[in-house]
Amino acid sequence: MTSTTPDGLAGAEATAGDDLLLPELVAHLREHRTQLRREWANRITDESLLSAMTPQEIFSEATSVYDNYVGVLETGSVEALQDYARDLSERIIPRGVETNEVVGIVLLLRDVLARSLFEKYHNDFGLLNRVLDAYEPAANRIANTVAVSFVQERERVIRQQADAIRELSTPVLQVRERLLILPIIGVLDDQRADQLTEQLLGGIRRHRAKVVVIDITGVPEITAEVANHLVQAVDASRLMGAGVIITGLSPEIAQTLVTIGVDLTKMNTVGDLQGGIEEAERLLGFRVTRASDEDG
Amino acid sequence: MTDREVSAEPLRVSILSQGSYLIASIHTALDDGQLVRFQRDLIDRIGSQRARGVVIDVAALDVLDSFGSRTLRDIARMSRLRGAETVIVGIAPELAVSMVRLGLQLEMPTALDLEEGLAYLRSVTGTAILP
Repeated sequence: MTSTTPDGLAGAEATAGDDLLLPELVAHLREHRTQLRREWANRITDESLLSAMTPQEIFSEATSVYDNYVGVLETGSVEALQDYARDLSERIIPRGVETNEVVGIVLLLRDVLARSLFEKYHNDFGLLNRVLDAYEPAANRIANTVAVSFVQERERVIRQQADAIRELSTPVLQVRERLLILPIIGVLDDQRADQLTEQLLGGIRRHRAKVVVIDITGVPEITAEVANHLVQAVDASRLMGAGVIITGLSPEIAQTLVTIGVDLTKMNTVGDLQGGIEEAERLLGFRVTRASDEDG
Repeated sequence: MTDREVSAEPLRVSILSQGSYLIASIHTALDDGQLVRFQRDLIDRIGSQRARGVVIDVAALDVLDSFGSRTLRDIARMSRLRGAETVIVGIAPELAVSMVRLGLQLEMPTALDLEEGLAYLRSVTGTAILP
């Protein structure tokens, strides 16, 4: 952040005086804290920012932000503000607060404070200029810090959710000894297909599986690449000594696979998950009977 | 396995006998010369031990090139001609993926591990031959 001093020489001369400007500024902002804070909170409400929060919440957050803001002006260190902004973002992101709202309120505060400085120094234009020279870079840095912290926090949340989705998207479930099912829901892309292979082979080894049923009822469509991935996953499973049964191929997917000419002759496919599990049980030598039939 | 020279080092393979089955464990990556020697030794042992089945454990391998997979396939075919069934066990997930990506076809039975491999051999050769 560069200083906006218009004239280098004049700026240098004024330095001694300017050193006292920021403390004066801070004292002014502290003195009018209640009034400025209310004005700011009102403007936030007027512009219908932070609509996800109640007026009381806005006021209490506004108080914290205000105090932090003045603290940064006083010390020139944004570290505490950074921590606070991250903490604030953590609290308000789950409530649906958008980036433009956060940037908006910080800019509003900057404007509210600048207005109050105008009012205080409007008689001495030269002094006002120097006050603004001291205030503006600091204020801009604060706005920058808050916005960046917010965006970083959002990105962290998004990354975390993406990881969670990735982890949950291909569960490997054991239904009987040596029998696994992999229900797949949603669009399969290359990356997910890769992950599927990894989970499948890892699951085979971990559970010592002999038969795996992959159910793709929840997959709306499939591309040639992904189909080939699937064929490869089945081949790799066979190398590890496990047979794969694919179930729930929709009419659309069946049509796609035949049209693009994926070689499925080696694939064991069964209409639905129930049929797949029954077939797998047969292969493993299980026989499921109704208790009543057994008694009779 | 980029080294294609015939190595003078001792074989990194052990061939153990278990009843009428042979268990060959490959402990480390083999170069082509070592593979050929392994193949010859194993086929010899099938005759001398009157083996009915062979388990080849490749759990220690993380790569297998086309020569390696062809040699394994040849071993299976030759074993069959000498009266023994062959099963490959212990292919790790990474190895399975890389083999499939390279388009290497084993065209022979595989099983998860030694235990499964022996169970497979028992099912195809029958238990009657065991004492």
